Amino acid sequence: MPVNTQKYFMWLLMVLFIIPLAHSRTLHVGPNKEFKQIRSALLSAQDYDTVFVYHSQYKEGNIVINKKIVMIGIDLPVIDGDKKYEVVSIKSDSVTFRGFQVQNSGFASLNDPGGIKVYDASNIIIEDNVLENNFFGIYIQYGKHCLIRNNRLKAYGLEEQQIGNGIHCWKSDSLQIIGNHIEGHRDGIYFEFVTHSIVWRNISKLNIRYGLHFMFSNNDAYINNMFDENGAGVAVMFTKHVVMYSNTFQNSTGDASYGILLKEISDAEIRGNRFINNTSALFLEGANRILIHKNVFHGNGYSLKIQANCMDNEVYQNNFINNTFDVSTNGSLVLNTFNHNYWDKYEGYDLDKDGLGDIPFHPLSLYSVIIENNPIAMLLFRSFMVTLLERTEKLIPSITPEEFKDNAPVIKPYLL
Amino acid sequence: MRGITKFVITDILKNRIILIYTIILCVFSWSIFSLEDNTSKGIMSLLNVILLTVPLVSIIFGNIYMYNSAEFIELLVSQPVKRSAIWSSLFLGLSLALNTSFFIGIGLPVLLFVPSMTGVTVIFSGMLITTIFVSIAMLCAILMRDKARGIGLSIMIWLFLSLIYDGLVLFFMFQYADYPIEKPMAILAAFNPIDLARIQVLLQVDVAVLMGFTGAIFKKMFGTSVGLIVSLMIMLLWIVLPYLLSLRLFNKKDL
Amino acid sequence: MIELKNISKSFGKTQALRNVSLSLSAGKCIGLIGPNACGKTTMIKSILSMVVPDHGTIYFNGKNIHKEVQYKNDIGYMPQIGRYPENMSIKQVINMIRDIRCFDGVEDTALYDAFGLEHFDGKKMRTLSGGTTQKVSATIAFLFNPSVLILDEPTAGLDPLASEILRDKIIKEREKGKLILITSHLLSELDDMLTDIIFMQESEVIFNKTITALFEETNESRVSKAISKLLKNIK
Repeated sequence: MPVNTQKYFMWLLMVLFIIPLAHSRTLHVGPNKEFKQIRSALLSAQDYDTVFVYHSQYKEGNIVINKKIVMIGIDLPVIDGDKKYEVVSIKSDSVTFRGFQVQNSGFASLNDPGGIKVYDASNIIIEDNVLENNFFGIYIQYGKHCLIRNNRLKAYGLEEQQIGNGIHCWKSDSLQIIGNHIEGHRDGIYFEFVTHSIVWRNISKLNIRYGLHFMFSNNDAYINNMFDENGAGVAVMFTKHVVMYSNTFQNSTGDASYGILLKEISDAEIRGNRFINNTSALFLEGANRILIHKNVFHGNGYSLKIQANCMDNEVYQNNFINNTFDVSTNGSLVLNTFNHNYWDKYEGYDLDKDGLGDIPFHPLSLYSVIIENNPIAMLLFRSFMVTLLERTEKLIPSITPEEFKDNAPVIKPYLL
Repeated sequence: MRGITKFVITDILKNRIILIYTIILCVFSWSIFSLEDNTSKGIMSLLNVILLTVPLVSIIFGNIYMYNSAEFIELLVSQPVKRSAIWSSLFLGLSLALNTSFFIGIGLPVLLFVPSMTGVTVIFSGMLITTIFVSIAMLCAILMRDKARGIGLSIMIWLFLSLIYDGLVLFFMFQYADYPIEKPMAILAAFNPIDLARIQVLLQVDVAVLMGFTGAIFKKMFGTSVGLIVSLMIMLLWIVLPYLLSLRLFNKKDL
Repeated sequence: MIELKNISKSFGKTQALRNVSLSLSAGKCIGLIGPNACGKTTMIKSILSMVVPDHGTIYFNGKNIHKEVQYKNDIGYMPQIGRYPENMSIKQVINMIRDIRCFDGVEDTALYDAFGLEHFDGKKMRTLSGGTTQKVSATIAFLFNPSVLILDEPTAGLDPLASEILRDKIIKEREKGKLILITSHLLSELDDMLTDIIFMQESEVIFNKTITALFEETNESRVSKAISKLLKNIK
């Protein structure tokens, strides 16, 4: 490129940058600034302006952002909804909302008030905010290409009906939910009709119902999230083509609590997750063609509960350690395969030293089947009588289906 | 009284069978924990020992020791010693010695490898079981003058409490599965000290599954602090009642 | 010193004592004799509350012995067949009883020395012969200088020399004013020891007389002869 051309190009670039800048302004809101109220700043702002809001308490009812602006909070200014209003409503595309504490939204009214609610908009960035005590935390409705990142959401709900979800997404597409911390809502993250989205590195804990709840949301990925001590764990329903990698599901204990509850799911992949100390780690109902591999099941009541209406699921290369029951089911039909898993209850041998047990392992526990029909029988679990019964059944299955087996269990646990 | 207890304990501790018992328990628990890096699985294997072997050894050893102490008892009765003091010395001596064996053989390894509430529960249950079966052994010894019949009765009681009882409960459970039998079954299980010990360990080990539907009755009956106290009381009754009954019989016994 | 009032005892269907009343006072050496299974040992064991009578009460120094143990501090008992914990040595047995009795007077080790028990000191009871065991029993009975001595067949199983030692000891103790109760089959042995004779048969006391009265009645000077004569008379 000749020098002249290069110079010309440089100039062109500068002009391209300066032209929009010449039209955009910076507005300041604060006790000693030109605007005392966010509302008035928003009134005079135009598209592409930046609004800086300095630390103070702003109680201005419902704040509506309907221009393509960037809102930046300095030193965490507090926007309070006074328990009557939806606090911030974003009704324009290309809005950035960063660094605010949004609190006390209205509660439990028909229009689902939220801390920050996005209406039918795209390219929204909501990051580094603190959301305290809102009915819904962040609510995306008809959103596209939105980034929800590093927000901390906390609510103090006691009952399912009296609290909304943490990050609630409805009929949206291409969302990125990254690095948020959600606590005390109904569902931590809720997806309904949300597609092509990613949920990455979030922590969702102590939510009243599910840590993560998604329905009719195809082609999504859930990676590296932590779901801890949620009332009923994680529920995935009526969905196709979902991948769940390297998440941790733990401490979902209680009646009808699951690490993950899969209902009417197909073509999903569940890989590299850790299921620790759940009453039921993975519950499959009407689930088809799901690959479950390289997961760790540790210290759960039941690792896998596979209902008889599941088929073509493959369970392989997982570690099953210290679970009360490894697998339980409710029928005798076996349409799923187990292969190369590590079962700590396996008592076979490996004479040819290829790392694989020479006799198959029957992971289905007879007593888990008995208990399924007769819960009180748990009273005798681990008594000598029952241990004897279990062992004979594992060696020579008579009541549990013979084909329910891992033909080549590995001898040593995988490093997962 | 202290003199007699001291004598009984040293006498039992010198006993070869107690030494062998301690060593076997030791070998067993150390090998379980060192071969198996999965301690929770180790605890389960130990639980079977505690629920079967420990009561068997306690009741048989206690029983035989009582018969072998006939001369000793006779000698003491002719001396200015209260019969109740003789009896309680024998009880204390036997249960202390057997509990020491248990603690060295199983308690220490468990504390070392599983220093948690589960470990403590296992040890505590094992010691209660030991004491309970010593108490029952003494009752058997006083009920049967003949040594062979006494040992026979001991084995029967052990067999009943550790195997047959559970079989019967299981049978009733299936027989009356259509009725609301949760409470009666739980109460039935609570009468057997071995079942009680097992349930307390279960509450520690299988917490996850017990939090679910199947555990409702457990948590209500045994899991609460009231349940724990009631369980403990029942176990203590299993110690106190056979002991008091045997003492009553001993006080009337002609030597 | 010891008083039995209407003592009855049965083992199952066999009656061992039938309404026995006796009064034994200090300074006497009483021979309790009678055929086998006449209730001698049962009576002795009743006094020691090793056997609990069905009816009647026993008083020791005026006190009911029921549920009492302290009175046994004043009794030295030598059983017919000494049964001791097999694993204990002579020394341990003696030490244990010492421990139990909390005796603070001067111990009477005359028999211990005379029998030469120090040579067997460390031996386990199960290795001892019947005679040595009897020597141990006798030693223990006399060791704490009790005011009452109850000796059940004391000379059975002892060699003549040891028998002689024991006899001398018994006479010596009688002289000190102690109450001594002896059962024996061998009447000839009792001659110069006894002051009184109690004869039992079929669970009952047939007679209770002083030796002098017995001899006068029968014109005999030997206990055995006197008794057989008397029994003939009774029949």
